[in-house]
Order: sequence, then structure tokens, then C-alpha cells
Amino acid sequence: MKNIRIMPRLDIKGPNVVKPVHTEALHVVGDPKELAQRYYQQGADEIIYMDIVASLYGRNLDFDLLRSVTENIFVPVTVGGGIRTIHDINNALRAGADKVAINTYAIHRPEFISEAAKEFGSQCIVLSIEAKKQSDGFWEAYTDGGRESSGLDAIEWAKRGLELGAGELMITSIDQDGTGRGYDLDLIKKITSFVSVPVIVYGGAGNQESFLKVINDGGADAVAAASVFHYRNLSIPGVKKFLKINGINVRT
Amino acid sequence: MNKTKITIVDYGVGNLSSLKKAFKFFGMEADISEDPQSVERADAVVLPGVGSYEAGMRGLKVRGLVDAVRGAAEKNRPMLGICLGAQLLLSQGLEFGVFNGLDIISGKVVRFPDLENNEKIPQIGWNGVCPLKDQTWQKTIFDSLSENFNAYFVHSYIFNLDNKEDMLGLTKYGGYEFCSAFKKGNIYGCQFHPEKSGPAGLKIIKNFIDLI
Repeated sequence: MKNIRIMPRLDIKGPNVVKPVHTEALHVVGDPKELAQRYYQQGADEIIYMDIVASLYGRNLDFDLLRSVTENIFVPVTVGGGIRTIHDINNALRAGADKVAINTYAIHRPEFISEAAKEFGSQCIVLSIEAKKQSDGFWEAYTDGGRESSGLDAIEWAKRGLELGAGELMITSIDQDGTGRGYDLDLIKKITSFVSVPVIVYGGAGNQESFLKVINDGGADAVAAASVFHYRNLSIPGVKKFLKINGINVRT
Repeated sequence: MNKTKITIVDYGVGNLSSLKKAFKFFGMEADISEDPQSVERADAVVLPGVGSYEAGMRGLKVRGLVDAVRGAAEKNRPMLGICLGAQLLLSQGLEFGVFNGLDIISGKVVRFPDLENNEKIPQIGWNGVCPLKDQTWQKTIFDSLSENFNAYFVHSYIFNLDNKEDMLGLTKYGGYEFCSAFKKGNIYGCQFHPEKSGPAGLKIIKNFIDLI
């Protein structure tokens, strides 16, 4: 059985890692360089680095900051925030990214996913979908760090994104994000039931059981979390140990 | 002063900065270069790369790098192919057609067969690397790594070597065991990314530096 990846996520605003609740930035958590190094040392399988206001402000993420954060990180880093040109992707890769996550701009211009996948390979392109539940069985995709509704059905958008060449999906539940009440299993299940690429899930981790549940019941390939790691409620080795005891393969 | 020269071959595909960083971690300044002369003069050559087989070979050809890489291999200079870069060292690639490779290692690059449990292709993530039965990794780039060490993979295609004695590591994915690393003299290839494989990967880079 394959290894499930545990991925700490750094939400960046300015020079800081911040703690988002319902994707609104509230508290400064700390220095991204220190946090990234701590998670790498603890055995993070990958690191997610998201500039959460770049799209909203219509600017690029801070590539110099990214370069300094990834300097001594030797696991894959997925970077998102304001990516809207091939040139942006090149800059991110040169600054230490291995993959880029694209949300807002892909919704405005879906063919950008194809163009990016053609240029860098599908393995480099993560389609990030931020979904907000509207009614039973219907989630809407949001943009600009969870602020703007797009009118798109998140599930249909995921299907479209795969056809366009996305190599992985990162699914964020806006409703669960920052609540610690567990991942949105209905949403995740619905998506993992049809996709042929790895699915990274995010939003709602509260305890070790929430990791186990979203893997066993949700079918997640990779589980991302922020607050529980930032505030040391859980540790990466602790979560991995718990998963291993419960029959999930992880890298140790 | 004779300074050790490591050349990371830039043939237009993939992200080379993380590889350079990995060498820098051990105090080695590796040159990223697309100049055939830089490859010819190098004490050690790294052939990285992500992308399709055809694009990779085309990238080497248009820069006149094919003979330079082959020449370094003939002199048995320490060489490390990574992912697509390793695949290009084989005789042929069967990705989107049939394409001739550098033919330094005898074998073909083929797609994963259908896997158990509908396991996803590409394989993206961490997986174990084991030696072959009765094989020792001593004095190779895997020296002092634990059997079944974890490494980071991103690929849909795999090495299918003609000679078992060239194999250095095996990995199982979706019930299918494939060759994930090879060695012929000082020529090494890894399907996974040592520069992305945490402390184990860094150890491989260190062992490679020690070959020089």
C-alpha cells in the first residue's frame, strides 16, 4: 500500500505565517523560514506555501521570501498565491517551488491549466479548489483566498480541471477551515470517487482521528493541516505514529 | 588550485535550483550549464530533468550535449541521472512514440503496466527502495542507507533494464516491482529525486560527492 503524505501548510501574509479561520487571516503565527525548517526536520512529506492575499491584491507572491524559506528544505514544496502567467510559474520554480497551486486565475481562464501543464508537465500543476457548501451535495468554488464566489460547482470544476491537465487536486473546505471539526468528508468522498490523480485535502484538522477519517473514509492521498501543527496541538511524528498503528502507511 | 567541478546539465527541462541547493548543503558549488565544454571538463556530471522523453532528448541534441554526456560516461566520470535524466541514459524511451536515448545503459523506458487496486499513475509520493537479493550497497551512492529507505517519486514511466547486474534498487508500487535505480561503474541513475527525499536523499548526494 502506498504512503499517505502529511503536508503542513504555511499561509503567508506579508513576511509572516498567519492562522486562517474560515480563510480570513487572524493571527500571526511566526516566521515562515523557522516553521518550514521545523516541519522539514520533523518529517513533513511535503510543504505547502500559500500567499493568501496575492490574488486578492492582484500581485505576485514574494519570490525572495520563498527563496529564503525553501533554502534548506529537501522535500517537495507546493507554492500558490497569485500565479497567473507561465513566467510566474518559472519564477516560483526558480525560487524553490516544485509544484504550483492555481485557483483564482484558473477559474477566470481555465485554459491556463492546459498551457501550464504543457510547459511544465502535469506533475507540476496542482489545481487548488476552495469549496463552500451551499446545500446538500452542492459546493461552490471560491476564489481570492476564499472571498469571492465563482458560481462554479466545485465538483464539476474538479472534473474539468483534470481534463485540462491538472496533476493533483488540493481541496479546501472553506466551511471546515480553522474549525478543528474535521475534514468535509462528503465533499472529499465525492471528489475522490472519480478522480484519477492524487487528492490533497485541507481544512478542518482537529485531532489525529480527523486525519485517519479523511484517509479511510474520504480516500485522501495526502492530508494538509496548519493550525494543529503551528500551535503544537499535534506533531507530525505523532500523527504519523497514530496513522501507522491504525494500518495506514506513512513515511517514517 | 584545482577545484572540483560538478556540472548540472541544463538542457531546458525542469527545475535545477533544488539540486544546486543540495550540493551547496555540503559546501559544493555546482555549475548549472548547457555548455558541452562544461560537461567535458567536469569531474562529475548530474543529468536532472522532468518532462517527456522526446523533449529531453531534443533538449540535449540542440545544445550539442549528446556527445559530451556520452564522452563523460565513457571516461567513467561519476554521473548521476535523476528521473527523466536517468531515463535518457537508457537505450530507448517508449513515451509518446519510440525515441533513441543516450544508450549508456542497456534497456528501455516503459510505462507502468496496469496496477493493482487501480493505483494511480503517475506515482506521486514517497516509496521504499530496496537492494536486490544478496546485493550490498556498500561503496555505492546508497552506502549506509537503510534497506527500504523512502524516496520521493514523480513518474509514469520506469526503467526496464536488459542486464540485471546494472540494477541497484527495487521499488514496489501497486503490486508491481520495478527497478528504481541503476549503477554501471560510476554511472548512476535514480527514478526518484534524491534532492527531494529528505535526509536519505541528502546522504545519496553526499555519497555521490565522495565518488569524485
